Amino acid sequence: MPLKRKDLLGLYIISGAEIKEILDTSEAMKEIFTRSVKKIPTLRGKTIVNLFFEPSTRTKSSFDLAAKRLSADVMSISKSTSSVMKGETLLDTAKTLEVMGADVVVIRHSIPGAAEFLANNIRASVLNAGDGAHAHPTQALLDLYTIREKKGKIKGLKVLIIGDIAHSRVARSNIWGLLKMGAEVRVAGPATLLPLEIEKMGVKRYTDLDKALEGIDVINILRIQLERQARGLFPSINEYRHFYGINQERINNDDILVMHPGPMNRGVEIESAVADGNSSVITEQVTNGVAVRMALLYLLVGRNNEDEKIV
Amino acid sequence: MKKLFKNAFIIDPSNDLAGKYDLLLDADKIVAIKKEINQEGCMIIDLKGKILLPGLIDMHTHLREPGFEEKETIKTGCEAAAAGGFTTIACMPNTNPVADNQATIEYIKARAKEAVVNVIPIGSITKGSSGKELAEIGFLSEAGVKAISDDGNPVMNSEIMRRAMEYASSFSLPVISHCEDKNLAGDGVMHEGYYSTILGLKGIPAAAEEVMIARDIILAEMTGAHLHIAHLSTARGVELLRDAKKRGLKITAEVTPHHLLLTDQKVKGYNPDTKVNPPLRSDRDRKALCKGLKDGIINVIATDHAPHTYEDKLGEYDLASFGISGLETALSLLYDNFIDKNVFTWEELLDFMAYGPAEILGIKHGGLKKGSTADITVFDPDISWKVSKEKMKSRGKNTPFANNVLQGRVVLTVVKGNIVYNNMNGEARILYDN
Ligand SMILES: [Zn+2]
Repeated sequence: MPLKRKDLLGLYIISGAEIKEILDTSEAMKEIFTRSVKKIPTLRGKTIVNLFFEPSTRTKSSFDLAAKRLSADVMSISKSTSSVMKGETLLDTAKTLEVMGADVVVIRHSIPGAAEFLANNIRASVLNAGDGAHAHPTQALLDLYTIREKKGKIKGLKVLIIGDIAHSRVARSNIWGLLKMGAEVRVAGPATLLPLEIEKMGVKRYTDLDKALEGIDVINILRIQLERQARGLFPSINEYRHFYGINQERINNDDILVMHPGPMNRGVEIESAVADGNSSVITEQVTNGVAVRMALLYLLVGRNNEDEKIV
Repeated sequence: MKKLFKNAFIIDPSNDLAGKYDLLLDADKIVAIKKEINQEGCMIIDLKGKILLPGLIDMHTHLREPGFEEKETIKTGCEAAAAGGFTTIACMPNTNPVADNQATIEYIKARAKEAVVNVIPIGSITKGSSGKELAEIGFLSEAGVKAISDDGNPVMNSEIMRRAMEYASSFSLPVISHCEDKNLAGDGVMHEGYYSTILGLKGIPAAAEEVMIARDIILAEMTGAHLHIAHLSTARGVELLRDAKKRGLKITAEVTPHHLLLTDQKVKGYNPDTKVNPPLRSDRDRKALCKGLKDGIINVIATDHAPHTYEDKLGEYDLASFGISGLETALSLLYDNFIDKNVFTWEELLDFMAYGPAEILGIKHGGLKKGSTADITVFDPDISWKVSKEKMKSRGKNTPFANNVLQGRVVLTVVKGNIVYNNMNGEARILYDN
């Protein structure tokens, strides 16, 4: 069953059933990793373009690897957003990709809505690999996948997302995905990093970390951009660590799944003992990221050839 | 040749008109309004089923000339105004050069002579609208400006704003304030609230506008100046004004059609045509603005016509320019949403769009009576039409109402006795010599 949509722009528009479909497909993809030949011919002859307007080695290599394991032709275009002064640049790029016959365009951009703009102007499927503070659906899906893999379910779990929610696309996509899968979602952080009316999304909002931690099953720790301090959003790194840093003392319970989308500021938002501890699944998130991205590429291209099967 | 308008439904509360009349023009003057006029040798225009109004005034437009002619010129902006039923428009000084000097005002006036509707220039408050030093407000007044404003930018320095108000009072010029605390607004691109949160776009809080309204009210009270608040957009702003008016201060305010009709929810989908400053606010704000108008707290509806090129409004939301091209859709939007639905009467609308702005700008609007200058708008409530970017007269095709089907449309605009816009047979023609 291919996805019923041309693009994957965010988890806000996608149903719980579709998310389940993606996670199930990811499971089949992950199984391929255990084979001696970690490559299948499913997307042979298809062209996947990685269009990165914002540097991200991790996400980009994850997509590269995913596409290659499916035997697709991969092309990477990197542009700095600072050189993008007007929308026509993105539109021109879209037209070029169209001519080159791209089947899927994976886009990373620093401006919210850029993926949607591209999707509206191109016939190829668009996979949002992060657009500003708006959405990062593949990261959220790999987080959901990891939770389901480790906890056996998502429904009914209490998940806490901690840190800079205001500027985080990871937080937003996680919130939509977790809620659609039936989890209880809490967000915590300094009030200056919690966006206005976030409760309307259906989450509980905390500025007191210890209260937020009560009874949780999963904690997703977001990276703190150190430049937020310069913009007056919190007074010092020291103070942030004291009130919102996750250390062993705060979560001395091995049942709490510890996640972080990376890259980490060790000793700031997360103490090394936690990052490397027993309940941390941070490295597995990276592995699962490849499986989830393989699943999505397959499902998006699959909309054109429904009869092709994995295996 | 004399023009005789037959069978129109004429509405003009200031001259006690609300009914079927004939109206006769000779050159630029109205010479008779009677139940029935029959005269030989006239151009006869049958307006059966149509509504004839005193010419509308938009006191807040951006005509972009000089300096940004690719966005609009005085000529094209006035064509858009005529197509929207406006016979007089005031233009903001944020041109290049800024209209902070007599020469630029003279240039605008010269260009406006060739245009189809009346243009009233507004001068800047500070040199270069940079908020640092007062412009030569007295000379601007002598050159003919009817108000001063740094619109597009706030006057952030309270001391400068105080002096501007004090100084402008001696020339009886209203100070039109673009109320926005730049620090609070930051690099926001839409209203800060639920929708900015889920869309991941940077927000402009309502407070950015409200703290400046509060400051300006305090300064207006201190100086006794006439303060006019441009494009009011928040519920708290309406309350601040309600309070100020209760205390008898000389404060007026305007609201735009888009703030009366749209909310931040419209930004979903990231259409840059919804990007405007101040931003589209919450539904609670929108409702408070409608009520503020009804209660008389807000005096005027102005379009804040802000035309931009196709490229300015293309692509990523953050990079697009702020502004909506508003002249051509205003009256139909207001008719369709308010008059046709019995929210406002035509009489109220004429206060908001003709008599209110005339009074604030200190210009005479004789309305529809014998001896008055013939500035007239004719509206056909039976036409329904689809807003089409391609067909807009303005160079700026940036409207969030594109493809909306609206009820009612301007069919005739008459300026100083000349028919400058004729849409009686659906051709929507601008006429330069008649
Ligand atoms: Zn303004």
